[in-house]
Parts: sequence; structure tokens; C-alpha cells
Amino acid sequence: MIEFSLWDILRNLLLATRWTVLLSLVAFIGGALAGILLLFMRIGKRRALRLFAKCYVELFQGTPLLMQLFLAFFGLGLLGIDVPAWLAAAVALILWTAAFLAEIWRGCVEAIAKGQWEASSSLGMGYLQQMRYVILPQALRIAIPPTVGFSVQVVKGTALTSIIGFVELSKAGTMVTNATFQPFTVYGLVALIYFALCWPLSKSSQILERKLNVAHRNH
Amino acid sequence: MSLIEITEVRKSFGANEVLKGISLDVDPGEVVAIIGKSGSGKSTLLRCINGLENIDSGTISVAGAQLQPDELHLKALRLKVGMIFQQFNLFPHLTAGGNVMLSQMVVKKASKPEAEAMARKMLERVGLAHKFDAYPDELSGGQQQRVAIARALAMQPISLLCDEITSALDPELVSEVLAVVRELAAEGMTLMMVTHEMKFARDVCSRVVFMHHGRVHEIGPPAEVFSNPKTPELKQFLGML
Repeated sequence: MIEFSLWDILRNLLLATRWTVLLSLVAFIGGALAGILLLFMRIGKRRALRLFAKCYVELFQGTPLLMQLFLAFFGLGLLGIDVPAWLAAAVALILWTAAFLAEIWRGCVEAIAKGQWEASSSLGMGYLQQMRYVILPQALRIAIPPTVGFSVQVVKGTALTSIIGFVELSKAGTMVTNATFQPFTVYGLVALIYFALCWPLSKSSQILERKLNVAHRNH
Repeated sequence: MSLIEITEVRKSFGANEVLKGISLDVDPGEVVAIIGKSGSGKSTLLRCINGLENIDSGTISVAGAQLQPDELHLKALRLKVGMIFQQFNLFPHLTAGGNVMLSQMVVKKASKPEAEAMARKMLERVGLAHKFDAYPDELSGGQQQRVAIARALAMQPISLLCDEITSALDPELVSEVLAVVRELAAEGMTLMMVTHEMKFARDVCSRVVFMHHGRVHEIGPPAEVFSNPKTPELKQFLGML
């Protein structure tokens, strides 16, 4: 039997971590862009678009990410479209992230006092001007901590893509365990790597929250 | 000709009719105080004049600009009437100067130096030239309200609506804001103000409107309204104070 050193195990896991990081970035950036679009639909004036965005968000928040991954992977396969695991994983995570970010940001926009809308209206500003110069600059500030906090969920969410066969950190952990028969060591390391990715994110979210909230200072 | 013409305005919130046919004309340079119990519709009337609330029927026009619900008409109307709020509603992410400059640049497309010059002038007019770079949360309530007045004035409106502008202030800060309003009145600005400052209304206003249950219940020069109230409702209201 071949002997595996700790370094062998760790090296293989770290190589797979690249894919976890990449998938997280793709999901977060893609999700943010789609989320902005959804946000504007959700808070805009067109009823049909508002309804669409509302249903979209509720659908994706109300079903497990795992089911969304299955549907993206197997569902499209049933339609005769051959979807590689990485594509299904990226698409499902982007759509899922977009739903949550749109909802987080909607809360931030709606947290801006009604008086800000009224004051800017009474000065003659139109909807887009109000958004651009008065509402969004304030909403952005309060959106930063929860957005960074949610990125932690995205990183951990990528672990589920191992089930449809995308080789990222969790999948690599399973494969290395099958080769080495050292599940405790391997999964322990996997968990540590996830922690090393997520902890700085949640810590920075806390720091930002404190920094932006000090005595309600808005600048 | 009247500057502000309000004709048979009705407004309901759900089943609750807040304005039951209000007609009121305000001449240029007039200072009109609107008094009445809370819930009498006085703030709603003011908010209808610059389109913050939609009216159900009737017409409102300010210097020829009709109140219509579309953005173009609203903008034209709002350039003629400025509004000052009980809660100041300054933009917290901008300095006092930035607050006064923003709408000039965004709405009137003024250049930055023009807007800044105007902002400095208006802040000086309310006695806050030295606070140009201060953020709203570094200012007292009275100072914030004066910045809000400067912000409205910078758009060069021909009339101002003041919605209980001293009600959120500590008592010792009320006078500094009223002093600014008194000056505006002396300079001939047309003002409509919802207020609880009866002494101020008596000293400065040309007419007092007493609203009761969504109607103009009594109207007249302050001396008459305050010293010689005709209706029992107004007597009771003044007696409560």
C-alpha cells in the first residue's frame, strides 16, 4: 500500500481549493450583477417586473440550493442539453446568490428614511436622480456589512457542488479519503481550509459593521 | 392675481377623507399660517401643494404651474415652491454645502462653481457660512433646519412651504429658525406655514387659516382670528393652548 504523507494530502486539497475560490468569485460577482438587475426590478415602478423579481427571490429562497443544483445539472440534461458540472454549478450558484443579494439590498434601500425621498422630490429631482445621488449612496453604506457577511454563505454553498461532480475542495476531500483511508485527517483539513477562507470574511464584516455604525455616523 | 390657487381640493386616505374641499388663494408676498388640531388635515394640505400627496379632486396651481401627477409637471411646480420639513431631512452623506449644492447641479444643471457660490451665499443668509464643510450630524437641530432652508432657497423658489419646522427642535433652538423665517417674510417671500407657534403667527403672518375636520373653518388676519374667534371650535382650540 502506498503511504501518503500529510503534505501529500494537504497539497491535493489546496490544489482543489483553487476551484472553490474561483467558483465562489464567479458566483459572487455574477450574482451581484444579476442581483443589481433584480433589485431595480423589485423596487422599480413597473408592476410586472416587481412581481417577477418578487417571485424569483421567493422561489430561490424557498428551495434548497441542492435542489437548484440538481435541476440545473439533471434538468437541463433531460432537455437534451449536455451541461458540464462546472457550468451547472456556476449557473445555479449565480442565480441563488442573486436572489439573496437582491433581497439584502432591497432591505438597505428601504431602510433609507422616507424623508430623504420627500426632500429630494421637493427639490425637483426625478426618480433616477434621487436614486443616484441620494438613496443609493446611503444604502450602499449600510449594505456593505451584510453583503460581505453573505459572501461567507456563498463560499460554503460551493461545497454542495461536489454532489454533482464538480471537483472543488469537498469533492477533493472525498477523493483523497478514498485513496488514503484517513477520513478524520482529510476532512479535518478540509474544514480548516474552509475556515481559513470564511473567517477573514466574517471578521471583516463585523469590523465594517462596527466602523459604519459608530454613533450612526454616516460619513 | 393670486400666486397659489387651491380650488375645491379633496383627498382621502382609504375611507378617511382628510381634505373635504379646500379652497384658498394666497397672494404674492403673503405669509399664511395654518393652525389646527393634529389630524385636521393641515400638513396634508401643504404636502398636496407640491405634489408629495396626490389629490383626488380639485386643482392646485402655483404661479401658473398646475399640479399634475407626471414627473415633468411636478418638476416645474416644485421649482416654484420649496418645502421645509419638521425632520429637516438633510442628506446625511453630504456636507451642509453639499446639501445646498446637490439639487442645483442635478436639477438645474448648474456648474460646480456656480452651485458653490450660490450655496455659500445661501448659507451666509441663514447665518451658517462657517458650517459649509460640516456634516449634518455635526450640527444642532436649529442649524440643520437652517441648512434645510438654505437648501430650499438655493433653488430660488417663489414661495416656501414650512411643515411644522420648529416642532422637532429643542425650545432654545426655535428662535434662531424663526428669525430666519421672519427675515424671509420681511423680504417678501410668499410663505405658507403649518405651525404651533401662535405668537409667531400673530406677529409675522398676514393671514391665519384655522383648519378643522378637513375644512377651512375660519380665516382672517391674525388680530381678528386670535382676539375675536367666531366659531366655538376655534375658541376651544385657542383655549387649549
